[in-house]
Amino acid sequence: MELFTPDFGLIFWMFVSFAILFFILWKWGWPVIMKGVSDRADLIDKGVEYAQNAKEQLDHAREEANKYIEDARRQQAEMLRETDKMKNQLIEEARAAAQAAAKKEMDAAKVSIEQERKAAEEQFRSEVSSFALDIAQKVVRGQLKEDKAQEKLVCSLLDEMEKQN
Amino acid sequence: MTRQLFTKIALALIALLLPATSLASGHDEGEAKEGVDAQGIIFEHLGDGYGWEVPFNHHKRIPLPVIVWGSDGLHVFSSSRITGHENGGVWRDGNAEFKIAGKDSPYKGKVVEIIDGKEVKPVIDISITKNVCGVFIAVLLTIWAILCVARWHRTQGMKGPRKMTGAIEFVILFIYDGVIKPTLKDKANKFAPYLLTVFFFILIMNLLGLIVIFPGGANLTGNIAVTLVLALLTFFITNIFATKHYWKEIFNPDVPWWLKFPLPIMPLIEIFGIFTKPAALTVRLFANMMGGHMIVIVLTLLIFIFAAMGPAVTGATAVVSIIFSVFMLLIDVLVSFIQAYVFTMLSTLFIALGQEEGHEEKHKEEPAAIKPAAATARK
Repeated sequence: MELFTPDFGLIFWMFVSFAILFFILWKWGWPVIMKGVSDRADLIDKGVEYAQNAKEQLDHAREEANKYIEDARRQQAEMLRETDKMKNQLIEEARAAAQAAAKKEMDAAKVSIEQERKAAEEQFRSEVSSFALDIAQKVVRGQLKEDKAQEKLVCSLLDEMEKQN
Repeated sequence: MTRQLFTKIALALIALLLPATSLASGHDEGEAKEGVDAQGIIFEHLGDGYGWEVPFNHHKRIPLPVIVWGSDGLHVFSSSRITGHENGGVWRDGNAEFKIAGKDSPYKGKVVEIIDGKEVKPVIDISITKNVCGVFIAVLLTIWAILCVARWHRTQGMKGPRKMTGAIEFVILFIYDGVIKPTLKDKANKFAPYLLTVFFFILIMNLLGLIVIFPGGANLTGNIAVTLVLALLTFFITNIFATKHYWKEIFNPDVPWWLKFPLPIMPLIEIFGIFTKPAALTVRLFANMMGGHMIVIVLTLLIFIFAAMGPAVTGATAVVSIIFSVFMLLIDVLVSFIQAYVFTMLSTLFIALGQEEGHEEKHKEEPAAIKPAAATARK
């Protein structure tokens, strides 16, 4: 059977062809492909690692940011509280100052009222005394029509003056 | 709906094939009574030949060079000189006369030199036959396919290959990561070029064999010479790169002494085993591929064999045969891949057997093997 007897010519050419094929692929084919594939695998591995790191960092950054926001919020609250306190204090102070000023004003008013009252009293007194003098003059004039009575009065007045001094 | 479609397809097939059957019967007028020479046709299609057949023509062939070392030296001439019928198929090249041996000759179908009216086989016949030409085409296609991927890696860098390049790269990695790496482990890179080359070469030869017309059609892997060469290469690589342990296992295996002395039964079996491995490789691939081709040819021939029984039978046979041969061809596409895969897998296995280290050597080598691994781990 021809099918089962290998033909020399075909064996020869097969060897030659395979040798050429193998040489070409061994030289320019497989090394490039194998290196390329493993390089790409490395690149992908690195990329995955990088992405994981980035994700981790991102998560971390988010946490940090949250922390900062929390901090800021706390500070804000504190500042608000402080300003509130300051406001109250200011109001308090202002109130105290106003009270003090009012008191001073009132004191001054009291003093002037007192003075005026005194002046009025003085005036009133002098007016009353002049009235009284007038009345007394008229009464005295009426009574001192007699000399004796005049003398008696002068004397009593002098006595009075003496007693006062 | 589907049934209607099916009937339509069947009718169309019958319509297509009826003229063909009538043509065939017309063509075989002389042999009509003897019927179809099925065996002749099968072996013509499976076998080798000078010149390459063209479709729909039994006489014209694509001429290929015939290279023979005759009684008076080298002769190179076109195969069209001897495959034609002019001058009785005898070609006079210089002083020597050549022709293709007839059916009754022991050198049937080969080029023979006519010396004193006797047919003598030339000393060396390295003609570029149909199969040799097919091998060349397969080599070119393999180189093209693999260098395509290599070029991608050189020019496109880290980009992922697309389309055909990607598909080829996928197959490369399928074989490398699925077969070579797990079996050969740290020695994978040493043998990968050979094994991958063998895989793609066989795959492309297998697929080319399924194409009926010119670039394909040569029954390459269904030819024992082709598979023999590939098996021999695996045989040489296995034994040339084999370790001491491998040879020790062959000549002095770890078995009870009475199996080695006085009658060296085990060594004999082991030595026998060295040679059965490539033989198994050769026959496996050859028989599988040839079988597939033969089934398709026989299925097609059935149409012509049944042609004698009238148009109705012929038509029915044609439909059934075509459906079956399409089915078989589809299976052969699968088989092409599987056979290439199995050949590569077995080659890998045989090479790996030759790379085995004994237990003692293994212990010696282990620290050395661990060191680089530890070094890479530290990185």
